[in-house]
Amino acid sequence: MTVTDTQAPSSHRLTTSKAMVDAIAYEMERDQGVVYLGEDVGPYGGIFGSTGGLLERFGPERVIDTPISESAFIGLGIGAAVEGMRPIVELMFADFMGVCLDQIYNHMAKIHFESGGNVRVPMVLTTAVGGGYSDGAQHSQCLWGTFAHLPGMKVVVPSNPYDAKGLMTSAIRDDNPVVYMFHKGVMGLPWMVKNPRATADVPDDAYEVPIGKAAVVREGSDVTVVTVSLSVHHALDVAEKLADDGISVELLDLRSLVPLDRRAILDSVTKTGRLVVVDEDYLSYGLSGEVAATITDTDPALLQAPVRRVAVPDVPIPYAHALEYAVLPRHDRIEAAIRSVVDA
Amino acid sequence: MEQSVRVELYRTMVLSRAFEDAILREYHADKGPGFDIGKGAVPGEMHLSSGQEPAAAGVCAHLTTDDAVTATHRPHHFAIAHGMDLRKMAAEIFGRETGFGRGRGGHMHLFDPDTHFSCSGIIAEGYPPALGQAFAFRRQGTDRVAVAVTGEGAANQGAFHESLNLAALWQLPVVFVVEDNDWGISVPRSASTAIPSNAERGAAYGMPGERVEDNAVEAVYAAAGRAVERARSGGGPSLIEVHTVRLLGHFEGDAQGYRPELEDVPGRDPIPTYERTLRADGALDDDAVEGIATEATERVEDAISFAKKSAVPDPSTALAYVFA
Ligand SMILES: Cc1ncc(C[n+]2csc(CCOP(=O)(O)OP(=O)(O)O)c2C)c(N)n1
Repeated sequence: MTVTDTQAPSSHRLTTSKAMVDAIAYEMERDQGVVYLGEDVGPYGGIFGSTGGLLERFGPERVIDTPISESAFIGLGIGAAVEGMRPIVELMFADFMGVCLDQIYNHMAKIHFESGGNVRVPMVLTTAVGGGYSDGAQHSQCLWGTFAHLPGMKVVVPSNPYDAKGLMTSAIRDDNPVVYMFHKGVMGLPWMVKNPRATADVPDDAYEVPIGKAAVVREGSDVTVVTVSLSVHHALDVAEKLADDGISVELLDLRSLVPLDRRAILDSVTKTGRLVVVDEDYLSYGLSGEVAATITDTDPALLQAPVRRVAVPDVPIPYAHALEYAVLPRHDRIEAAIRSVVDA
Repeated sequence: MEQSVRVELYRTMVLSRAFEDAILREYHADKGPGFDIGKGAVPGEMHLSSGQEPAAAGVCAHLTTDDAVTATHRPHHFAIAHGMDLRKMAAEIFGRETGFGRGRGGHMHLFDPDTHFSCSGIIAEGYPPALGQAFAFRRQGTDRVAVAVTGEGAANQGAFHESLNLAALWQLPVVFVVEDNDWGISVPRSASTAIPSNAERGAAYGMPGERVEDNAVEAVYAAAGRAVERARSGGGPSLIEVHTVRLLGHFEGDAQGYRPELEDVPGRDPIPTYERTLRADGALDDDAVEGIATEATERVEDAISFAKKSAVPDPSTALAYVFA
């Protein structure tokens, strides 16, 4: 931090998407090797506002609209990173990873390993995740568990403007490939239902939020809720409501899946003895199982009740509103899970 | 060209437009205050095909419902031209239990086994399955064909190129259609594609390629006639690019700030243009035009009201249909 004690740090109210852009702009000023590539990132400013104003500021040499050829331009990002640039490449929706997954997990994520540590791939892959607005099964997935399952890339998932900026700064400066997954529901977009916490005060200066450190969003003593991204807000709403019933919820925002802050999870469950994991990704073989295993692998005796997992129950995200809301981890399901472990 | 065929092409385009005008109205009816994409009777992204009717009408005029059509994220005009049930289509778009996908799919994911219609929200990824349909048709000893559609933006995907090669290599009965509406969301074709016409790409894979200019429905009809005939008779695949126009935004809610020629766009509407031609040639008069318009409106309003009256899926069935 460049802020001194005597001077009040200046800040602005920003949406999550603007906070992200703030970090990118700062790093682009600082390092000519930072470029942003992707579909509709130029005049459009990113479908989810991830690049608003960057083209005007940095020009088409550095903020580059690509053809719809994800394998080619993500691979291009890899090559440029290998040669010392720090590209940020946007995959418009995480759901589209299928068309370019080879570049991501066999190249971006493995080159450092295969080269015996001799070659670095310092790039950021940004991508939008999440549902809740009836965009159907091919545009609403989170899929962070898939990226996190495949070794060699860091995976960060901010939930609010402050973290979005700090994690973006860290991601760009990181010498590893970092997948930066932003939920549409936390971006503060004008055309989507607005989460009140999607706009917040964000310091004007550059700062880093360390990748791999969870945040304790709310302290509590009865039960630990571990989650990420939009679910942090749903869980916080529920925690506030349950406080009136005398249930004290400790809420952890993991902020990154890789590395995973296992220490923070263990510390919290040591305190509360109960764990609920909330995940907007699919239930099986994913984040929720990993977090639960963190406890059972270390000391199952920490738990006074079985772990409850609230996730998408292994079904593609349905289009119709009533069906979609039945499978997403929203307030009612989170509340029921918390009550059931507290009552157990 | 026979007058009756010309009138049919017109009728198909008018029906498609009537359907989309109704969807446009219903989509925006309940999105406010402001514009919340997740709200209303028709939530989610909505990609309308207004302006692109000639490609669908001209191609599908040569097909029966035994032939397969794979459309894109902008599928309605092809669905309608291919003869899909309007009620089930509207119901799916409204997310109702009576829809093609029982409300699970939505407007980008319409699947109809009766007409062998499908579409995909992932760019160009409908091409490979179309090869498989063609493969099956051939193996089954039929002369049925598969039509696969993309936009000019999607023609830069790997799946597009892999599919053209495989179809030509195995001489599969496929007609590849590219709708060039000049824009891939906000990216103009000049910034996405190194050559002026995707039709040229056919040559690279060993198949005929033809580009139709000016959104001319009769030229599409003629080109598609050659391509479908070639595929049916074992001659292998063809590629047709139609230069068309996207009258609306990429999706509803798109302010199109990136689009400089926006003011000229309404004037490029192919339906009034074709109507003038047909009137001048005596193929249509006031009565015929009005009759076609009334019939389209009635069918569409029937479909919309069917959708609105249909049941919303029961949340307790949210886990159904993952496996057969
Ligand atoms: C693999 C993949 N990449 C990106 C997208 C996002 N996307 C949806 S439509 C579209 C533009 C498509 O342009 P074009 O193929 O020309 O079709 P048009 O929308 O103009 O009909 C993009 C980039 C997607 N759906 N799938």
